[in-house]
Amino acid sequence: MKKKLTVLLLVLVMIVASLGALTALTGCNGETENEGFLVGAIYINSKTDNSGYTYAHHQGIVKAMKELGMNPDTQLKIVDNVPENNQQVTNAIDALAGQGCQLIIGISFGYGDAMAAAAKKPEYSDIIFTHATGAMSSLDSDDYTTSFNNYFGRIYQARYLSGIAAGLKASQGGKVGYVAAFGTEYAETCSGINAFALGVQAVNPTAEVIVKELGTWGDQTKERQAAVELANIGCEVIAQHCDSAQPQIVAQEKGIFGCGYNSDMTSEAPDAHLTAPIWNWNVYYKLAIDTAMNDPENYMEKVTNYYGGLKEGFVDISPLSKNVTEDTAAKIEKVRDLIVSGKWDVFTDVKLSFDAEGNIVKTKSPLLKADGTEAGDVDDVVIKVTMNYYVKGVSEK
Amino acid sequence: MDIAEALGLFIFAIISYNIALLYGTVGEILNEKAGSLNLGVEGIMAVGGMGGYLIGCSTDSMFAALLGAFIVGGLCGLLFAFLTVTLQANQNVIGLTITTFGLAVYFFIGRGLGDKFPKLADSPSFQNAFKAVDMGALSDIPVIGKALFSQSPLVYLAIAIAIVAGVFLKRTKAGLRVRAVGENPGAADSAGINITAVKYTNIICGTGIMGLGGLYLSLYMGGSFEGSATWTNGLGWIAIALVIFANWKPIAAIFGTLIFGLFFTLDTSKLVLIDAMPFLSFLSKIPTELYSALPFIITAIVLIISSVRKHKNNNEPSAIGLNYFREER
Repeated sequence: MKKKLTVLLLVLVMIVASLGALTALTGCNGETENEGFLVGAIYINSKTDNSGYTYAHHQGIVKAMKELGMNPDTQLKIVDNVPENNQQVTNAIDALAGQGCQLIIGISFGYGDAMAAAAKKPEYSDIIFTHATGAMSSLDSDDYTTSFNNYFGRIYQARYLSGIAAGLKASQGGKVGYVAAFGTEYAETCSGINAFALGVQAVNPTAEVIVKELGTWGDQTKERQAAVELANIGCEVIAQHCDSAQPQIVAQEKGIFGCGYNSDMTSEAPDAHLTAPIWNWNVYYKLAIDTAMNDPENYMEKVTNYYGGLKEGFVDISPLSKNVTEDTAAKIEKVRDLIVSGKWDVFTDVKLSFDAEGNIVKTKSPLLKADGTEAGDVDDVVIKVTMNYYVKGVSEK
Repeated sequence: MDIAEALGLFIFAIISYNIALLYGTVGEILNEKAGSLNLGVEGIMAVGGMGGYLIGCSTDSMFAALLGAFIVGGLCGLLFAFLTVTLQANQNVIGLTITTFGLAVYFFIGRGLGDKFPKLADSPSFQNAFKAVDMGALSDIPVIGKALFSQSPLVYLAIAIAIVAGVFLKRTKAGLRVRAVGENPGAADSAGINITAVKYTNIICGTGIMGLGGLYLSLYMGGSFEGSATWTNGLGWIAIALVIFANWKPIAAIFGTLIFGLFFTLDTSKLVLIDAMPFLSFLSKIPTELYSALPFIITAIVLIISSVRKHKNNNEPSAIGLNYFREER
């Protein structure tokens, strides 16, 4: 009897154990593909930053991975504080590849050469490389042994929308200041300034946009001083293409208005901030990680060299603050819908303005440079790489 | 904008943008006059500013903030003094170490607080105590009125400290002892001066003053912490050069600050100048890079001139950078 009981007990234990094992197995099964996939990221600043460029990318990657059911704590490998130096970037790539990462993300412009070199190495042929703000890709040549793409966004569309908010705050024909890390040297800053100015001019045709160029990224003291001087010469709104919130803090102190950048800066300048052009990096990272994980063979066809805009939700403006009137909000919404519909874009020979009822009026008029000559055809390559002039109404001091 | 207003704004900017340099410079002069070359100014200003700012925000009191910044800066000085005076470690190496240490503590605290980092607007009386004062009729004088008589109280504090330090070193018996220690500690020791006490006092007071400079910068920047840059932003290094430019005289450092400040400020202030005086528009044709390089070019020129100039008025303490050890005399 005792023997029988023992056998029965053992059988029971076995059933329970195998059931447990089965559930454990099936539980695993749901995530096995995702659990094995490792993402590597190379950051220019620290992963522990709480604002700025690296922070925005890190948040984007983490959010995208969570949406894909991955665990960033174990599946995201990071090498941070990597300067734009080929040897150091190469070391970072080797370290990430050594840990088994199958997708390597580089977030800074100067990582391009080292990433391109790595993408040509036969030993890395099973790793996909993706490079923010870059210009090279494996579509350029047959030397590459793996997929290597670049990605950036149509932030100029968001800047146009913030320009409308700024233009309606300034008095007709007034001055709007713009604190810029760089001016015409980089197409990125140049196209941003121009798009912002065109947005201002859509609602305030005679307004003057005054750019103060700093010649450096991330010098918060200079960013503050430039904003103070712009306010001193009578600017009523201060926009920015630089990292810190100092221009907005100055706008708050001086009792004028401002448009931030990269993140919603309303908490830094509650009575001054209108809206800020922002990036939703997670939109791209979700696409890239998902494709690299589930369909690596067709990565280049699916993701290509990514250049998303308002339509994809890759760029946007932060929620309009209490300082923006409802009339302004309605106008911004109409232009946003127009851009999202794909029927119109910023750098075309069709100019937008508003009639008395607040409806969009389109006028055919060529895009003019600051010196009065026609800018001609502005395609994506011009916006991304070659634009080096200001449009009419913009001056640099 | 008329010319008087533009010039007024320009002078105002020179002073308000650069006065922290004076705190750093006077603090460093007190260190060097006692024979201690302290290269930790940048780090001490950063951590002193962070400490003072956080204490000011939590108590909502400018007095507590000043005291806090002085104590936090002074603690860095205590560390420096212990390592170089008591333990006789190399001053250059320890100074650089203190800079690295101070900047790291600055980031450690700032990033650690994250979203909980206090906002200046939440401490109204602390914020108001920093705001520019209005001296009535004096502040209304054209050109110099706003620039000289409508600054933050901390600007006047810096100038007061510089004057007191200058008088102390030049005119008092205690100041003479300090200079003796910096010139020839052996002779000072024979005369019965307690070298260790003089060095400790000067280093701690000097670094405390540097901490006040950090506090000024924290408030000047609106108390906004950025994850990748410091409030001091390299001013601490310029302060060390300014010591040489001012020939180790605190009162001369006031004018040194204004001259250095002029070159620091020209890049951004030219906006206002050109607006009032269009004939200055050539200033905007000069590349930004040159403006960024100007302070460093000036510093290099100053260092060359002062090393060439070796006349009797050279105030450099003879025993600077050398540790004093009685038994090795």
